[in-house]
Amino acid sequence: MSGVGTDAGLQPLLAIERWRRAKRMRLLYLFLLFPVAALFVFNYLPIYGVLIAFKDYKIIKGAWGSPWNDFEHFRLAFESPLFGRILRNTVIISALRILFGFPAPIVLALLINEVGSQPYKRVVQSVSYLPHFMSWVILAGILFEILSPQRGVVAAAYGLFGQEAPNLFGTARFFRPLLVATDIWKEIGWGTIIYLAAISAINPELHESALIDGANRLQRAVYITVPSIVAVVTIMFILRLGSIMDAGFDQVFNLYNPGVYEVADIIDTYVYRVGLVDLRFDFATAIGLFKNVVGVVLIVGANLIIRRYSDYAIW
Amino acid sequence: MRSGEVRSGERSADIAPAGDPALTRRRLPRYLRRKSAGDVIFDACNCLILAAFSVTILYPYWYVLLLSLADAENASSLGLRLWNSGWSLHSYEFALSKYGNVVRAYGNSIFRAAVGTALGLIFTLLAAYPLSKKNLPGRSVVTIYILITMFFSGGIVPEFLLVRNLGLFNTRWALILPRLAVGFYIIIARNFLMTIDDAYEESAFMDGANYFQVLVRIIMPLARPLLATIALWLAVLHWNEWFQAMIYTRDESKIVLQLLVRRMIQDLFFIDEAVRQFQTAREATLPSQSVRAAITVLTIGPIVLVYPFLQRHFIKGVFAGSLKG
Repeated sequence: MSGVGTDAGLQPLLAIERWRRAKRMRLLYLFLLFPVAALFVFNYLPIYGVLIAFKDYKIIKGAWGSPWNDFEHFRLAFESPLFGRILRNTVIISALRILFGFPAPIVLALLINEVGSQPYKRVVQSVSYLPHFMSWVILAGILFEILSPQRGVVAAAYGLFGQEAPNLFGTARFFRPLLVATDIWKEIGWGTIIYLAAISAINPELHESALIDGANRLQRAVYITVPSIVAVVTIMFILRLGSIMDAGFDQVFNLYNPGVYEVADIIDTYVYRVGLVDLRFDFATAIGLFKNVVGVVLIVGANLIIRRYSDYAIW
Repeated sequence: MRSGEVRSGERSADIAPAGDPALTRRRLPRYLRRKSAGDVIFDACNCLILAAFSVTILYPYWYVLLLSLADAENASSLGLRLWNSGWSLHSYEFALSKYGNVVRAYGNSIFRAAVGTALGLIFTLLAAYPLSKKNLPGRSVVTIYILITMFFSGGIVPEFLLVRNLGLFNTRWALILPRLAVGFYIIIARNFLMTIDDAYEESAFMDGANYFQVLVRIIMPLARPLLATIALWLAVLHWNEWFQAMIYTRDESKIVLQLLVRRMIQDLFFIDEAVRQFQTAREATLPSQSVRAAITVLTIGPIVLVYPFLQRHFIKGVFAGSLKG
């Protein structure tokens, strides 16, 4: 504290004033009690429940009463060849999604921006957001039909050449490309929002002066529009890198099958199967904890970088 | 130029030349508004690319609609067709009959979305309003308490054990209570409420109103766009959510639509058995893919119907919250 705070005589007065203010606003604390309690029960208690990752969990004894087991679950996990597989799949799928999925909305935003007719622009934008509002359960059902080897679009296309269509979702080498492509299909439109906002914030005078200097559209796009959104693109990219441990549970879980586990099984899907199907609660929690800790470090790191170098940040 | 004559600067946006947004904003000398041959070609290609893009987004939905309405022959090889040569409503009959279980699932989904949205909205507001008061002692502590929940989570297994220990397993409340307070929505709402001028409240406080009365009578009407946005977010969240439904509910009577669709897609036996019973009862042939398509259409129907309204609000809401650093 500086200024007023350095005057020792004022401190108690400030504390009293603060207390009076709190008392006057007590109804607001009552309001806060409800959400704070809800978050405590449904967000903080599960964080406490992570304790079982370090224990030999017995349901009757509970999380606290179960005996410690010396990081046995972690040792078991790190030594298992399956762990290497799920970690590899998680990082590879995530990296592919970033590599192809990150630039896609930027390109689409630049194309949409060049459309002069406002109604056409609005229609394209509205259409492009639609898949974002569908769950992967629904999209998986639609994709299975369209890509079905017996009927559907792909079967018909192969049929034109008199060939048998492959079972795309059942073939390991097609699976990751399909994940990436369908993820782009779902999220590309939604991703343009932030870039279109950044583009619309560009001062039109920049374009006008460039026009007077004889710049054509490509030149203006390259020298005005793109540089103006570089800051936003960088921030989005860093944030995206921060969530590399999330390879898209909903998508993978609804699209995969045991035949492609080798290339498709990610940490989240493995934790689900081990934890809630095989009911090895403690072991699954340990693997989930590993993922969460790495994820939190990356996300907080990403936000620190952004805070350090720009005005934007989540908190 | 076709539409290039700009009479007044203000209206130029409406009648600007097609193709270049930079030119739509203000009055520019005529020679600068002329399009080159390259521009015309580019505009044409761009429009075509975006049209093709829109078709790839929309065609799958059209495909599912056709499939749901196709007769047995069409449904077995719909392929690349844009229209059915034979139609049938059997799949919808099945969905609405006792074999389909869809009516009950619809009721469960509506209950979940309605109650979840209403309670979620109340909890969001109860958190956001106090936190929007800059002079509230302890405000930053509570804010950090909420932010932490956005970064750390226990993971699915501890959450599952918690729900079970609370006795919520296999109840509808297991799908609603864990989403009462969502950190992200609270922060967005707080940012919005902070932009409301204190002057609106001051006069009410002068008249002796308390915080609850001010919240209900002054703040809520002013925050209507925000409330609409958060309500839509919550409604879509609850409508689309399937994972918790899958792990927390067991009884057929509590199944929600998304879970029903998922089971019909992933567990072919589950649907084939029901379809066989229907076929015997009605003496009709009904391919199971048509049934899946019909239930898909019924599930996404409400979202598609409110979509025009939805997306406008979503976009505004996203900016209300995200543009403040």
